[in-house]
Amino acid sequence: MALAEGVLQLIEDAAREQDFARVSAVWLEIGQLSGVEVEAMKFCFDAVTRDSIAAGATLEIIAVPGTGWCMACARTVPMAEVFGACPQCGGYQMQVTGGTEMRVKELEVA
Amino acid sequence: MCTTCGCGAGEVKIDGENADHEHEHVHADGTRHSHDHAHEGDHGHEHSHTHEHRYAPAHSHAPGMGARRMVQIEQDILAKNNAYAKQNRERLAERGIFTLNLVSSPGSGKTTLLCKTIEMLRGKASVSVIEGDQQTSQDAERIRATGAPAIQINTGKGCHLDAHMVGHAMEKLDLPEDSLLMVENVGNLVCPAAFDLGEAHKVVILSVTEGEDKPIKYPDMFRAATLMLLNKCDLLPYLSFKVDAAIEFARRVNPDIQVIQVSATTGQGMDEWLAWIEVGARDTAAKKLATVDALKRRVAELEAQLGAR
Repeated sequence: MALAEGVLQLIEDAAREQDFARVSAVWLEIGQLSGVEVEAMKFCFDAVTRDSIAAGATLEIIAVPGTGWCMACARTVPMAEVFGACPQCGGYQMQVTGGTEMRVKELEVA
Repeated sequence: MCTTCGCGAGEVKIDGENADHEHEHVHADGTRHSHDHAHEGDHGHEHSHTHEHRYAPAHSHAPGMGARRMVQIEQDILAKNNAYAKQNRERLAERGIFTLNLVSSPGSGKTTLLCKTIEMLRGKASVSVIEGDQQTSQDAERIRATGAPAIQINTGKGCHLDAHMVGHAMEKLDLPEDSLLMVENVGNLVCPAAFDLGEAHKVVILSVTEGEDKPIKYPDMFRAATLMLLNKCDLLPYLSFKVDAAIEFARRVNPDIQVIQVSATTGQGMDEWLAWIEVGARDTAAKKLATVDALKRRVAELEAQLGAR
């Protein structure tokens, strides 16, 4: 819910600076490893944007795949969970390198 | 994340006081009185910039709406919180204050551990505390009973502290230079992981009456923490908790995490925990001194330049 409110704040800040009054679509980049439940985000977004400039806007989620650096293999590998094992060697010496983002990418406005 | 738990914002109270209402409130030393509270407007704010106009493909215009265009935002959803956290971190660094954000599930013994820590540090270091709970100021009162100044933040329906609330609480606490600031977050292993408060480290407390697999059930928190305190270790003889497994799970999500086994009740491991704090506090004070020295050198250089003119 706080994240959905964060999205709305970014939208309202942008509206003040760039002078638009309606938002019809919002694109979010959500990493697979960010811990954000996409369904919950959609639900909360609808709730917090009611009666705002983004009321009724469609929410488009761009999923960013998780990646990690395996210290044993010394290479970047795909990761499905933050505590996942390396798909190459099965080890857990992993550092997450991608897929933790939660970003507002762009808006369609009028 | 709050997208999962659906917690709400608003209703935040700092020592019983709403953001911009007149209200009775309790000071860090426990005295109560009432006066106006002005919001200091010195917070920075994030803004978006680059923008691009392009017409949406084959869209008819809705009645009453102008031409549609796309606006590039490219901003992290947590950007606002992170900006406040950065301000807090800078203010703390300037004053050489070593700050820890204590996080755990409810009931892990955070407050008891904190009271014990303050008692053991008495006479050695000055400790101030920011307490976060949804309701009541009981924890702040427990801390004040140890003699340390404490401010209570009630988050209402919120499930975590954010950097903005902590910034305000810091203004109310008269934090001495080179002191310690302990922030006891709302008991929650999920949302507080994402919200930077400006602390030096997150310290996650796991008690041995919980499951040893909590680090992999709530990986974000254990990944965000520098140190894990395994609390209530005096109860280990009566439980089937596997210490090695808990540590292995924690290292699986965070290979660098440090672990100290403690018991706030018996004092076991407390010396090691206090030594860990001392190292951090010393580094923070040394960094402040280095910055001050660097500034003094710069002032001397500039004065020399002025003198030469």
